[in-house]
Amino acid sequence: MLILSCPNCGELKDETELSAGGEAHLTRFGPGSSDSDFEGYLFNRENPKGVHFERWRCSSGCGKWFHAARCTATNEVFGTYSAQVTEPPQEIRDVVSAKRPGWTWRDLS
Amino acid sequence: MSERVFEGAATVRQLPQRGMITVRGDMTDLAKAVKVPAQGTVAGNVAWMSPDELLVMCPHEEVGAQIDALRAKLIGTHHLVEDVSDARAIFEISDGETLAKLCPVDVARMEPGRFRRTRLAQIACAFWKKEDGSFELVCFSSVADYAWGVLSNAAATPVAHFSG
Repeated sequence: MLILSCPNCGELKDETELSAGGEAHLTRFGPGSSDSDFEGYLFNRENPKGVHFERWRCSSGCGKWFHAARCTATNEVFGTYSAQVTEPPQEIRDVVSAKRPGWTWRDLS
Repeated sequence: MSERVFEGAATVRQLPQRGMITVRGDMTDLAKAVKVPAQGTVAGNVAWMSPDELLVMCPHEEVGAQIDALRAKLIGTHHLVEDVSDARAIFEISDGETLAKLCPVDVARMEPGRFRRTRLAQIACAFWKKEDGSFELVCFSSVADYAWGVLSNAAATPVAHFSG
């Protein structure tokens, strides 16, 4: 079972109290973008075995969105952080690096 | 709003309608109008719902006057003050074990005054622990019968191996 700490309300939230929001840190390509960029924005998703960054919503709770970094193989949670960022903050990356040396995710490492 | 009582291993009571006012805005602004409780707690008649939302409770007949007073204090700020009394049902549960069966919350470690928004079986709810160790729970009135059903079912039998 996955338990995430919501950074907005500070509660330890069970997976069943949350709504999964899919992959984190997507760049939106909208009107005027190339077909391949738009296709990538719509359909191309990571499916890693290991470090992953996701969006979650505290749906049975404060109702706010947040980000989570976890390992898809072990369900280990590296941390949760604000939704108002476009990439994981350094302290989260440091935790991931300490626990999974050599990790990569999209163009992050 | 039907008041009703279930007596089993624990007692569940649906309480008469209570005045409830949703107050939303920046917490520093809201502090001008209400005494803001600490995150995840209920203090007096005010509960902390989220980083930008408070729930103010009062006797039902005082809702109008309360809203006028709150709005007067919040003039000039970006805020919302709305009467949600009709949207809510409120229950009193004598024993935390009943809630522990239905909510993914460590109820046994809740202190009096602790306020937790979560789910009750399949519906959204919020509950808090009172000084006497009993709990009050609010949910949407549209699902009050569902809440009554699961609460009274859970309250019917004790959980012997967890007691004490």
